[in-house]
Amino acid sequence: MIKLSKVSKSYGKKTVVNQVDLSVSAGESVAVIGHNGAGKTTLMKLILGLVRPSSGVLDIATEQGKDPHSDIGFLPETVFFQGEMTGRQVLEFYAKLKQAPRHQCTELMAWVGLNDSANARVKTYSKGMRQRLGLAQALLGKPKLLLLDEPTTGLDPFLRHHFYQILRNCQAKGTAILISSHALSEIEGKIDKVLIMKQGQVVIQGTLDQLREAAKLPTQIRVIVLPGKELIFKGFQQQSPHAINGEDHFGTFSFQCQQHQTVELMNVIMAQQANIKDVQIIPPRLDDLYAHFVGKESHP
Amino acid sequence: MNAIATIVQAEFQRSIRNRWALASVILLASLAFSLVVLGSTPIGDSRASLMSITTVSLSSLSLYLIPLVALTISFDAIVGEQEQGTLLLLLTYPISRWQIILGKFLGHLAVLLLAILLGYGSAGLYLVRLESSTISDWISYAQMMGSSLLLGAVFISLGCLISLLSKVRASAIGAAVGAWLFLLVLYDLILLGLILADKEQQLLPIVFDALVLINPADAYRLYNLAGSEAASMVSGVASLTDSVSANGLLGLMCIWIVLLLSSAMYLFSRKEL
Repeated sequence: MIKLSKVSKSYGKKTVVNQVDLSVSAGESVAVIGHNGAGKTTLMKLILGLVRPSSGVLDIATEQGKDPHSDIGFLPETVFFQGEMTGRQVLEFYAKLKQAPRHQCTELMAWVGLNDSANARVKTYSKGMRQRLGLAQALLGKPKLLLLDEPTTGLDPFLRHHFYQILRNCQAKGTAILISSHALSEIEGKIDKVLIMKQGQVVIQGTLDQLREAAKLPTQIRVIVLPGKELIFKGFQQQSPHAINGEDHFGTFSFQCQQHQTVELMNVIMAQQANIKDVQIIPPRLDDLYAHFVGKESHP
Repeated sequence: MNAIATIVQAEFQRSIRNRWALASVILLASLAFSLVVLGSTPIGDSRASLMSITTVSLSSLSLYLIPLVALTISFDAIVGEQEQGTLLLLLTYPISRWQIILGKFLGHLAVLLLAILLGYGSAGLYLVRLESSTISDWISYAQMMGSSLLLGAVFISLGCLISLLSKVRASAIGAAVGAWLFLLVLYDLILLGLILADKEQQLLPIVFDALVLINPADAYRLYNLAGSEAASMVSGVASLTDSVSANGLLGLMCIWIVLLLSSAMYLFSRKEL
C-alpha cells in the first residue's frame, strides 16, 4: 500500500527523518515507536503529503486519477474541530469531503459511543469524546490506509479494547495500518510489525519475534513450587551459572535464560514436575525491547 | 466541484453560527438607513432625487466600510484554522488547496452578498416608499450595490492572502488593518503629496492616472462618482473617467481579485505544515 525508500526530511540543518525505509502492505499493521521528537509525526506528515521529502522516494498505491487522500484515514496526535459545530455536523462535513455515504456518520457516531452527544457542540466535548470523534472521521469512507498518531490517548479501557477490535476488522478487510504509540504494552500482540525510531533514524524494524532475536534479551521463566517442595537444577547451574538469578521467594523460582536455552531449562524443570504447581514463561516484552534498542544509549 | 461547494457551505454556516453574518447585515442596514434619513431631511435646495443622493453618500461610506467588513470576515480564513488546529486535518482530505481557497472566498462572498442585499436592499425599498424614483435612479443604486460587492470581493481575496502569509492570527489582524489604512487613507494622501511636490509637472498625467487606477478602492470611487451627477462637480476625476470606461474600472477590480486569489492559491500549494 505504501512504500518509502530512503526518505529524508530536513529543516535547515536539522534532519528530522533520516533515510527511512518502510513498507506497509494491504492488511498489515505496523507500529512506529520512539521518543518524543524521534520523527514519528513527521513520518506521518510525509506519507500524507503535508510535507515534501527532502530526498528519497515515497509511493502510495492508488487507482489512477484518484486523489490518494480519498483512500487515507488520518487521526492526528491532538485532534481539533470547530467548537461551534455539533459532533454530527462535524462528521457530516468530513463525510461530504470524502464522499462517504451519510448513513455511515450515524453508524460511526454510534460506534464511538457519541450518539447521545451527537447534537451537542464540540466545544462542550471532553478530550476523550473529541478523540472518539477524531477516530470516527478517520474511518469515514472505508480507507485503504489508516494513519493513527497515538490513537488511544484519552480513551477508557473499554473503548481501547473496542478500538483494537475495529482495527482488526479493518485489517481483515485489507486496510493497511500505520500507528504511532507510546502505549507499548497496549499495542503488543495487536500489530504485525514494529519500527523503532530514534532521532529520525530507524533503529530496527520487524516482527516482535525478529526483534527478540536481534536483541538477545533473556526470557524469564518463573516456577512456582508446591508448598514444602524444592527445585534441584544442579547440572544446569554448572552449565550456565548466570541463568539463575531467582531466589526462593515465597516458593517461586525465577530463571533468566537466552532463547536457545529455554528448551533445555524447561526439560530440567519438567523432570521435577511432581513438585511444581505452575510454570510461567515470559519472553521479553516490547517495553524491554524498546529500552534495549533505544534506552541503552543516552536518553535525549 | 463538490468539495468546493462543501467548503462554501461550511464557511457560510460558520458565519451564521458565530453571528458574523447577522452583524454585517445590521451594520450595513443601519448605515444605509441612517443615510436615507439624513438625506430626507430637507437641507438647502437640491434638484437631485433622494435616491441619487443616497446612492452617492452610501457609496462614499461603503468605500471605507465594505473593505473593513470584507477583511474582518476573511483575515481568519487560513490562519484561524491553523491556530485552531483544524487545518491539518482538512488538508488530509481529498480536496486541493486551491479548492479550499476558492471555497472560502466564495463562502465569504456569499456572506457579504447577503449583507449587501439585505442591508442596502432594504434601505432601497424603503426609499421607494418615501418618494417616487426613476428607473435610472434604481439602476445606479443597483450598480452601487454590485460594485460594492466587487470591492468587497477584492478585499476578501486580499484578506485570504494576508491570512495565508500570517503565522498567527494577531499578525493577520495587524496586516489587515495596515492594508486597509494604506489603501483607503494613506494611498490617496501619498498621491496628493506627489502631485503637490511635482510642481514642474515632470511626471506625465498618465502616470498619475495609472497610480489612481491601480488602487481598487479608487477604482470603486471613480466608478460610483462617474455614474452620478455629482461626478461632474469633481474636476480631475472626470478627465480620468474619460480614459477608462465604467466597465473598465470593474474589470480592473476583477483583475485584482484574480491576481490576489491566484497568488494565495499558489502560496498555499507551496506551504508545508
